[in-house]
Amino acid sequence: MSTDKEQYKVHQQPYYQAQGKEVTLYEAAYRNRLPVMVKGPTGCGKSRFIEYMAWKLDKPLITVACNEDMTASDLVGRYLLEANGTRWLDGPLTTAARIGAICYLDEIVEARQDTTVVIHPLTDHRRTLPLDKKGELIHAHPDFQLVISYNPGYQSLMKDLKQSTKQRFTAFDFDYPDTALETTILAKETGLDEATSAKLVKIAHTARNLKGHGLDEGISTRLLVYAATLIKDGVDPLDACRMALVRPITDDADIRETLDHAIDATFA
Amino acid sequence: MTETEYQHPLMKAYWAQLDTGFEPIADVFEDVMAEALAILSREGIDAYLEAARVIGKLGRGVQPMLAFMEEWPTSAKTIGESGLPAIMAMIQRMQKSPNGKAITPFLETLAPVARKLRSQERMGRYLDIVLDFMERTTGSIHGHHTTFPSPGLPDFFAQAPFLLGQLTLAGMKNWVEYGIRNYRGHPERQKDYFSLQSADSRAVLQRERHGTLFMDVERKLDLYLHGLWRESEQLVPYSTAFDEMRRPVPYYDKLGMRIPDVYDDVILPLPLGEGRGEGAALDLALSVDSTLLPHPRPLPQGGRGEIRITGIDRYRVTLAHMVGHRRWTEAQIADNWSPFQRMAVEFFEDCRVETLLCREYPGLKRIFLALHPKPVEDACDPETTSCLRHRMAMLSRALLDPDHGYGDADLLDYVRRFHDLMATGIASTKEIAVLALSYVAKTRRQSDQLARVHFADTVVDYRDDNRQMWKFIEDSDDEEMFEKEKKRTPSEELKGLPPRHYPEWDYHSQTYRPDWVSVYEALHPKGNPADIDKLLLKHGALAKRLKRILDLLKPQDKVRIRYQEEGSELDLDVALRSLIDFKGGATPDPRINMSHRTNGRDISVMLLLDLSESLNEKATGGDQTILELSQEAVSLLAWAVEQLGDPFAIAGFHSNTRHDVRYLHIKGYSERWGDDAKARLAAMEANYSTRMGAAMRHAAHYLEARPADKKLMLILTDGQPSDIDTNDEQLLIEDARQAVKELDRKGIFTYCISLDPKADEYVSGIFGRQYTVIDNIQRLPEKLPELFLALTK
Repeated sequence: MSTDKEQYKVHQQPYYQAQGKEVTLYEAAYRNRLPVMVKGPTGCGKSRFIEYMAWKLDKPLITVACNEDMTASDLVGRYLLEANGTRWLDGPLTTAARIGAICYLDEIVEARQDTTVVIHPLTDHRRTLPLDKKGELIHAHPDFQLVISYNPGYQSLMKDLKQSTKQRFTAFDFDYPDTALETTILAKETGLDEATSAKLVKIAHTARNLKGHGLDEGISTRLLVYAATLIKDGVDPLDACRMALVRPITDDADIRETLDHAIDATFA
Repeated sequence: MTETEYQHPLMKAYWAQLDTGFEPIADVFEDVMAEALAILSREGIDAYLEAARVIGKLGRGVQPMLAFMEEWPTSAKTIGESGLPAIMAMIQRMQKSPNGKAITPFLETLAPVARKLRSQERMGRYLDIVLDFMERTTGSIHGHHTTFPSPGLPDFFAQAPFLLGQLTLAGMKNWVEYGIRNYRGHPERQKDYFSLQSADSRAVLQRERHGTLFMDVERKLDLYLHGLWRESEQLVPYSTAFDEMRRPVPYYDKLGMRIPDVYDDVILPLPLGEGRGEGAALDLALSVDSTLLPHPRPLPQGGRGEIRITGIDRYRVTLAHMVGHRRWTEAQIADNWSPFQRMAVEFFEDCRVETLLCREYPGLKRIFLALHPKPVEDACDPETTSCLRHRMAMLSRALLDPDHGYGDADLLDYVRRFHDLMATGIASTKEIAVLALSYVAKTRRQSDQLARVHFADTVVDYRDDNRQMWKFIEDSDDEEMFEKEKKRTPSEELKGLPPRHYPEWDYHSQTYRPDWVSVYEALHPKGNPADIDKLLLKHGALAKRLKRILDLLKPQDKVRIRYQEEGSELDLDVALRSLIDFKGGATPDPRINMSHRTNGRDISVMLLLDLSESLNEKATGGDQTILELSQEAVSLLAWAVEQLGDPFAIAGFHSNTRHDVRYLHIKGYSERWGDDAKARLAAMEANYSTRMGAAMRHAAHYLEARPADKKLMLILTDGQPSDIDTNDEQLLIEDARQAVKELDRKGIFTYCISLDPKADEYVSGIFGRQYTVIDNIQRLPEKLPELFLALTK
């Protein structure tokens, strides 16, 4: 059974603006096939970074968005019923291990803890994946690497990574870029002028200050890109900001009003 | 009197028309007539004199007539002459009722009231309130044939102008309504209430005030400070309602930012054309009494032709201004500067700070400009008046507003110098002070020393008093000293915890009575824990049976969910059956997987025991009291819950009027079911009455803080909520029902176990379907744990 490696390749260069040394560090981690964990608030560019690195290293990338209902067999594979019996179907993790792809498990904490343990044998020196239901032991392809992303922002008691999982990874800590950089990113990504981009970033900072006061997360760079895109398309900045920055992140009337005021005060 | 001779024949005719012999009237007659003639029409004069004549003949002395003659012309100016018949009808009503004494205060405050109301229609509504008030508080006491005058009415009239300054008519109606409802039977307290002496009178007034109340927007303002300015200063409101003489000004110090407790919306006419010469119109709007404002329109920017600055925006700029000072102002040594110099430095510094704020958020400028007065350039006459304030306010306007339109050369020069300075960066308080001092020196006039100061349009009310801007090396003798340390009197050692206040629901008006009930929490006294162990031994057989049920209930970690189309594992039994179906040609069931679910119990329980007097009664069909049976039942329940491992608290309550609701702590969540808790349970006693709502609210604040998924409050009671200070049975029942609703909103499930066989009449009213009535109280010890288990299964 062979899988088309090409379909998982990233062909176009994704726009990624490095914040620090993360690109070289990642390359070093990949050279040594160390598992990588990227941490950071939502929408700060974690997934974009991995995509960029896959492109840079020219390796296939298999992304799995984790969720609560995900089970170990969703990762590893399962038997399917067919007319004449059953057939084994590889899960994404198995596929990645076979073809030598970078397997990116997005928002790993969303998956239940009993699911996350299946990745353990792949992350240490063994680099194997036992398929106990099938009675097969896969030795990972030399190019295979495991990457997980993890958002400590909404860490609840229930949703945290086990120490035994955490300690199998090297980690990058991401945060929203600083004001100047974020402005540049907005301008580059959407083509919006610098002045308006700077205002958007200012509004984002207002919301980020409110984190913990009724907001779980501040306005992400991703939302700023949405707002900038809308403005670029000719939408009134006040409307665009309300629609893309405020309404998505909160249902709290007080916070909404405060942020609306910040928008008015910024775009005067 | 006949000897009164008037020169003018017309005056003479009027005097005759008045037909009175009162001396004091004669004294003022000419003056009031002059005023009346200037205001009223000819028919109006006739009606006026006729009304005055009638009032004079009421037999209530000269006072009412005098009041009417003085007040009516100015009142007529604002509400129109045609409003007179309604007023007269009112007077007649009062005259016919025992409230004749109130006529004078009614007439005396007529003019100020009319000024606030401004229209006949609103005057009519005011009279309706008065009439309703009068009819409901004028009472006859059983056994007496005489009726008694309304105790609160004269006081109410005396307060009416003030009230209308603070409240809308609807708010006034609510305030009056509250007073009548709660104090109809207490003449003395009614007087206190309507003369604004009692605490709840002020509290209700506060609640009903118009404008944006601080307490409604406190969170928004906190968020505003955090979000836009990264400040987390404590906000402390000061009252603006009762300081008529000296309006407090916002300020900040170590303890927090002090801001008014209410801000009204400000409506300004939109400057026409160039916006020049519009100053007068602007000020008029600023000083317009806010009761005159129509109901607030939803749009922040009002209709065409006006700007509306909402109360919350006023709060925001006030805070922003203070934040600006905290960021950019360095305290200056004040000793060597005169008060005038300091004032100038303050004006300049305020403008510098606001300029910097607007750099941060340009949108603030619109609000600053709308709220900043716009003095008219030649409004102040330097020959007779001290114009310093006026000059400074003009300069301040000009520094902020590029379209100020002033022509004074010095002013323009300094505006330019100010902007040049600000263009270099953020400047500093010191540099600004130098500029300010040179401005004072340059524009100084001898008349600045005059006692008459031009104040109009010079107060910028969103600015703080700048007390943080000054450092005094020596104690000066001409200023108030804010920094002075106050002597602290050591407060008395508190006995027990201070009371917590809870509101109570008043179903008549569908409102809460603010801070109505005081709950005192205390540890329950201790008894002998061995008694409880004995009780448990006595119910040994029952305990064994419970134990078996408990073992079944204990959390089992994994539960299998079968028949899943998607699941973690194949369910072989079902899969085989499906396969057989499939091979046999039938449609197979696709739900052949199964998955697991962890089944953690996460319940916090609060058991609230009614410890009122009635528990001391013997239970029917036995010789144990209800109290003893409850004790046994609670012991068993506590034991059972301990076995299960759910966090669990027990408390008892009883009440002796609204001022003394006792909440007795028996077992807390973090306490074990050990000797301490058992000892307290053993000493359980029953006393007083059952004010259930307050106890539930208090218990809920503990339960609410628990992190559990499910929160359960069990209430064990033997009767309906009641207390000795409440005559209306329904009141506390309705309050308890409201408390259940509140708890429900907080995610707390309430469940009542009633031991009152007649409970059906009211208990479903309070708890909906969440109750059980236990008829056979003898079986309570076994029923209670069973019930709990059934509830939490």
